[in-house]
Amino acid sequence: MDLPLIQAAIQPVDAAVTLAAAWIALGVIGLAFMRAPQVVTGIVFPAGALVSLALAVTGLWAISASPSSAILPAGLPDLPFHVRVDALSGFFLLLLGGVSFGISLFSAGYFRGTAAATLGLLNLQYHVFLASMAFVLIANDAYLFMITWESMALSSYFLVTTEHHDEGNRKAGFIYLLVAHIGAIAILLCFGVLDGGRGDYTFDALRGADLTGFWATVAFLLAFFGFGAKAGMLPLHVWLPEAHPAAPSPVSALMSGVMLKTAIYGMVRFFYDLIGVIRWEWGLTVLLVGAATSLFGVLFALMQHDLKRLLAYHSVENIGIILIGIGLSMVFIGSGHLVPGVLGLIAGLYHTLNHAVFKGLLFLGAGAILKSTGLRNLNEMGGLIRYLPHTALYFLIGALAISALPPLNGFVSEWLTFQASLQAPLLQSSVVRSLVPIVAAVLALSGALTGMCFVKVYGIAFLGQRRHEFETAPREASRWERAGMLWLALACFALGLLPVFAIGELNKVAIAITGIGLGEEAMASGWLWLAPTTGAQASYSPVVFLLVIAAVFGLTFLVVRYFYHGRLRRSDPWDCGFPEQTARMQDSADAFGQPIRQIFEPVYRIRREIPRADDREPVFRQSVEDRHWYAMYLPIARFSEFLSSRIGKVQQGRISIYLLYSFLTLIALLVFAQ
Amino acid sequence: MNVTGGSVFQVLQSVLVVLIAPLMLGWVNQCRAWLQNKSGAGIWQPYKVLNKLFHKDVVLAHGASPLFRATPYILFGCMWLAVGIVPVLATSLPFAPAADVIALVGLFALARVFVSLAGMDVGTSFGTLGARREMMIGFLAEPAMLMTLFTASLISQSTSLVTIVETLGQRELVIYPSMAFAAVAFLMVLLAENARIPIDNPATHLELTMIHEAMILEYSARHLALIEWATSLKLTAYVAIGIAIFVPWGIAAAGDWAALPLALAALALKLLAAGAGLALLETVSAKMRIFRAPEFLGTAFLLATLGMLTHFLLER
Repeated sequence: MDLPLIQAAIQPVDAAVTLAAAWIALGVIGLAFMRAPQVVTGIVFPAGALVSLALAVTGLWAISASPSSAILPAGLPDLPFHVRVDALSGFFLLLLGGVSFGISLFSAGYFRGTAAATLGLLNLQYHVFLASMAFVLIANDAYLFMITWESMALSSYFLVTTEHHDEGNRKAGFIYLLVAHIGAIAILLCFGVLDGGRGDYTFDALRGADLTGFWATVAFLLAFFGFGAKAGMLPLHVWLPEAHPAAPSPVSALMSGVMLKTAIYGMVRFFYDLIGVIRWEWGLTVLLVGAATSLFGVLFALMQHDLKRLLAYHSVENIGIILIGIGLSMVFIGSGHLVPGVLGLIAGLYHTLNHAVFKGLLFLGAGAILKSTGLRNLNEMGGLIRYLPHTALYFLIGALAISALPPLNGFVSEWLTFQASLQAPLLQSSVVRSLVPIVAAVLALSGALTGMCFVKVYGIAFLGQRRHEFETAPREASRWERAGMLWLALACFALGLLPVFAIGELNKVAIAITGIGLGEEAMASGWLWLAPTTGAQASYSPVVFLLVIAAVFGLTFLVVRYFYHGRLRRSDPWDCGFPEQTARMQDSADAFGQPIRQIFEPVYRIRREIPRADDREPVFRQSVEDRHWYAMYLPIARFSEFLSSRIGKVQQGRISIYLLYSFLTLIALLVFAQ
Repeated sequence: MNVTGGSVFQVLQSVLVVLIAPLMLGWVNQCRAWLQNKSGAGIWQPYKVLNKLFHKDVVLAHGASPLFRATPYILFGCMWLAVGIVPVLATSLPFAPAADVIALVGLFALARVFVSLAGMDVGTSFGTLGARREMMIGFLAEPAMLMTLFTASLISQSTSLVTIVETLGQRELVIYPSMAFAAVAFLMVLLAENARIPIDNPATHLELTMIHEAMILEYSARHLALIEWATSLKLTAYVAIGIAIFVPWGIAAAGDWAALPLALAALALKLLAAGAGLALLETVSAKMRIFRAPEFLGTAFLLATLGMLTHFLLER
């Protein structure tokens, strides 16, 4: 009886604003209880997790509800804040809430034992960061969007530099802030182009603007560049591998899992909604940049031995995969094929959600390892499955998911991307028609390379013999930490096994932004069979996969026991009869990447120090660096230093000179401002 | 198709292929022995080896984790699922919609990742060496494999093997140039993925050249038996995928009992021919150095891409 009334009274937008405000309140409360760290970790973070869960529910509700908007009594007198929650915002709120629920639970255990002063501020920044992301997703005018976008960048900057005593961390924070602001300038300019000098910066007005072809392309390029900087797209990816290792692990999980996705949100919002008319050339740009980004990311991930740096490069790779999906969608929509376009969009958005879940899980796993062993370097790990069995299990699930293996979630979205790219014969231009399958092959290559990379990570960190002598045996993660990881691991399974439900929801999002959804046949096969176009064209059923493999596993096990025996004895490893086997004879993380270094040598900038034959203590050193630093960033830095040294000459530091400048300016104004 | 008939065919195909997979391996080995002027161990030898292994006690390395012990069963499960999905005997099986060709590639990747992880589990030098090389071959083969499958799927406009078989099985015997390219590329991928010459040599334990054998070095008894069985299943599954795409004639529809004898006979003939061909290839070629593998699989990728371009240019 009461339910319709409540629904009429409260709308998703109210719930979202309230929950975001609750996060800020929690941040302040945590600061007030700075002296009592157990209150912050034991009460504030779990409360924040509950807010996350509520936000996820709100997001799910908003996907099906009609768009709701409101005007907040805040901001400047004549510039109030506009907020709006539609299906697209709802989907990203679901992502934010669902993933941050697990991360906040984990944080409740992870930050126990942090110094009280650090913890209070950390808690404030953490919750302000969450609230800013929520506001970015619901902002409905350029003003609120830019303010929250900036507060998101600033709060995460402070989180990255939590351990600011280390100079490396400060440097990482600076690079992050720099790239974030270059991106923000581009977004600001894009708002200007969209507005066209009319002065009304609400999204509703921008949506109504009718841009000419040239200005629309300018707006597209600015938005693509601006959001690409936040997403870690090539060649603006350099901040990711610096900032993620510097931040505390739950923060890395939030940044990589959720914050990068706000950039994807921005792209979808701008391209599909604000600019409105999509051209296929834009789609091709996004597609090619996405393919390059994904391949580049995984090739550099394979070269890393710092676990968190490696995961950061995988974020670059996955952003590339998401861009491939969105680019495909734009190519199809731009050439008038709406249904394959929707399929590509759904693939991109699905991968956005999947990446948030499994990358959050993997960063939390890296955090659990770091906390219990103090290690971040893969070359020192080994055999951790014996000490951290739960973490090992969750990490395995995350690793299988990111490697796009069935029946987990990463595979579903990559499979959908493949299906979208298989619609290429519909396209008119024969160049694009042949390019699309090649991009799909690049996707296959980076998927397979990811598999190799996570075999390396898992095999070296968790399996094998231990490479490090621990003084005390590492302890398994605490209950809070395990709960956080379990939540995300379950999400990997749920999104992998029940893709039909997820696609049903995503279809609503697609209908809301493009006005069209997948065909009737797509949903007709029932919840067990995923068939995005028609069942005859392609279908996939992860549940059957899991059930058959599990059934054969059990059956074989029983049959072997019944007909033969289960006898087993332990002995030393055989290893072709090698007598001496030390832990150093296993591959190190760098050795495992050797074939890649050899095959893809031109991609890297490799420096080797090879010992001479007569060295007493021969040491082999090798470093692999990113060419972008030398080809692009250092020249730019040198050029701007040159410019500023020239401009610096203007500043003499003497008051008479400055008075002269003022005088000259006044004269100039008097002459020209008549 | 009625549901019962379909289920019966599903069970029949799964069990039959699992039982004859070692025979396929035995046949290849026997043919190779004949080609090398040896008398050979007979086509039943793989069954004897399996039986022997199942009887032995497992010798497990100290420090092997549960993942090491679970992997043979997971591997066997993956391969059984693969042969249940591929239309070997019949199309429209109840499980067939569970995976199209892309999902099948994913399934093989899952198996490969587990074997590689198991190879690294005990922490020996050969195990990690094998895992590294296996993953290298894997990432080189996967794009080539997908490109081949894309090309093959262009004609029927479907990645579902059932639809491919039904479309191509109906047509007259026309040689599509794109399919010829794809077939060569597929053959190359098949050799690489199944650890055959020229990429790997299944018959060697020569330490420094091993790939697949290096990973499973620590396995013994029933675990090894399951892995060997799964290996033969994988070979059979790949051959069956090749048959379904390139020579699909004779595959029955599920529940069509009248067509079953013909389907069985056609299957036996094709498998015999494929095994003999494989043995011939392995006899006349030599194993490559490991870093020639990128060239070999790169060629496969290029051939498949050429096939796709040929389709766009000539066959539309």
